[in-house]
Amino acid sequence: MTAPRTLVEKIWADHEIRDFGNDYSLLHVDRNVMHDLLGSLVFEPLDRMGRKLPFPQQHLITMDHGVDTDPGRGDETKIPGGKEGVQGLRRKGKEYGIENYDIGDVRQGIVHVVAPEQGFALPGQTLVCGDSHTTTIGGMGTLAWGLGLTEIEHVLATQTVTVEKPKHMRIWFDGTINPGVTPKDMILHVIGKIGAKAGNGYAVEYAGPAIRSMPVEGRLTICNMAIEMAVRFGIIQGDEVTAEYLKGRPFAPKGALWDQALAYWRTLGSDDGAKWDREVQIDCSAITPSITWGTSPQDVVAVDGLVPDPAKAESADRKAYIERALKYSGLEGGKPIAGNKIDVAFIGSCTNARLSDLRRAAAILKGRKKAAHVTAWVVPGSGLVKRDAEAEGLDRIFKDAGFEWREPGCSMCVALGGDKFPPGSRAISSTNRNFENRQGPGVRTHLASPEMVAAAAIAGAITDVRKVL
Amino acid sequence: MEKFTKVSGTAMPLLRANIDTDAILPSRYLTRTTVTGKTGFGPYLFADWRYGPDGKDKPDFILNTPPYRDAKILLAADNFGCGSSREHAVWALVGYGIRCVIAPSFGEIFYNNSFNNGLLPLPLPLAQIEALAAQIEKGTGNRQMTVDLDAQTLTAPDGTVTKLTVDPARRDALLKGLDSIGITMQGWDEISAWQAKDKARRPWSYL
Repeated sequence: MTAPRTLVEKIWADHEIRDFGNDYSLLHVDRNVMHDLLGSLVFEPLDRMGRKLPFPQQHLITMDHGVDTDPGRGDETKIPGGKEGVQGLRRKGKEYGIENYDIGDVRQGIVHVVAPEQGFALPGQTLVCGDSHTTTIGGMGTLAWGLGLTEIEHVLATQTVTVEKPKHMRIWFDGTINPGVTPKDMILHVIGKIGAKAGNGYAVEYAGPAIRSMPVEGRLTICNMAIEMAVRFGIIQGDEVTAEYLKGRPFAPKGALWDQALAYWRTLGSDDGAKWDREVQIDCSAITPSITWGTSPQDVVAVDGLVPDPAKAESADRKAYIERALKYSGLEGGKPIAGNKIDVAFIGSCTNARLSDLRRAAAILKGRKKAAHVTAWVVPGSGLVKRDAEAEGLDRIFKDAGFEWREPGCSMCVALGGDKFPPGSRAISSTNRNFENRQGPGVRTHLASPEMVAAAAIAGAITDVRKVL
Repeated sequence: MEKFTKVSGTAMPLLRANIDTDAILPSRYLTRTTVTGKTGFGPYLFADWRYGPDGKDKPDFILNTPPYRDAKILLAADNFGCGSSREHAVWALVGYGIRCVIAPSFGEIFYNNSFNNGLLPLPLPLAQIEALAAQIEKGTGNRQMTVDLDAQTLTAPDGTVTKLTVDPARRDALLKGLDSIGITMQGWDEISAWQAKDKARRPWSYL
């Protein structure tokens, strides 16, 4: 009889080729998703070795990071080298026999939107990608994490990766979710509560009734920001909701294989008595629509709350921390966060650019207009999201409200240089990082849900979304 | 990969928590790999902190101050290298000449990327790092430290020697400059056999 195990321990055991005995394991990699930033560079070791991919079909390419999002775009990018990245990866993908959802293909989009959408990520699998937000895919019940380029070279050559065994944390969501509160608010609340470095060395499983009743797209949002609390793996157990989402998608197993997969997935839940190194309880009824005020995703405040006052800080370190963040963000401590004027409203990214996100933002914008001084963009997460949104008329709602309706890509989440906001501008953004200069030099980012972005665009200032629901 | 045996040189304190890889290497330089591969990122290290909008050095940023321009060792605070997985952050540090980052904790992707590029990420308790920084900032002019991976020792500016523990496999790879694919490929038969068995066990997972 095996000892009770967590979900992550079960997936780990079923992928462990070798236990190095020093807290590291060699794990088999089921799926690898690649994007244009890897270019042709990541194939150099294979080229040198004259080696073929052991499992070419377990890899998928799409172009997202450096691509332009202007309507009518091609390979040409505003950022120097962007085009070469796209064309290099395209060439190598063809050479090595990897499926590529290229620019112009309706299936192209942000890696972490495309993988679930295509059924390329399944519960109980391991999935890697050269992007830190690969934790997103944990929302499918997949053990998924981001790698550096050299580690991807290793995956291409061997279909394996060496990785350190994590400690285990469970975050349990209970209680009633208040109106206006979305998965984005829930995860911002968690990061604000436990901090940006709290997850270092941990795999986190999100669980509890509020997670079980959440649709897959919300789960992806929750897992997306696991990395923002320094967690390597964020995961939610695959269940009937996941199976319902996956059934019939292009890469999902079919027929007898589907039944076999389903039976296996059902064995993967964390056992009663599994050992957790840390447990966190979240009462959802205590969560309000939230927004960041500073330069780390942990700088979270309720939208009806106050910007922290350095004068009231509990320590000298905390005071210095708040002062530094306020200096960059240009806010006044002790004053309401709501009412601060914004210049830019951005809806997009692997956090919040799926159809459900766009529907909820559009519901707020319907029949309303953005404030005249605000630049407002929507960048759908994939070509399919865009197509489906257009079929429902969401694009019209956004355009009528004064938003630009753009082509899929990472766009202003990573600000690779193509898309730009003016230096010093204040942005409210449905993305995942409010680091200094993340959205361009001097740009001040406030992270929030797509609904909050929509509400702020209308008001021209940070505003409580509950006033426009 | 460049070997790492021993590094002696100027240690620079930058004791701010959560220094992210966007700060270490801003995104607008990421596509330079299409020109120079994994090299050539040194000039862009900490670019937004280091240079003004006019492209000139910001005089108040520590790396721009004369004693630290030749820094080889970086003293940092918690969660150094958090955020984006961009290996470019490591390439920028190494490109500049920094071979060792000492911090209480690291972003985990950054941590692994470091070992793959001959940069030693060394976890030490914050109090110990603060004590080292205090020695440097006391103004005695001695900012020299030595990290000896072979002997597993750290020599502080005042000459105090601390014993280090580095994971044996990681240490071996750094000392010999081994690349990770080469190490794994030595066991390829075992891996390949495991994968064949796995395909039979979990056929639904293979396309």
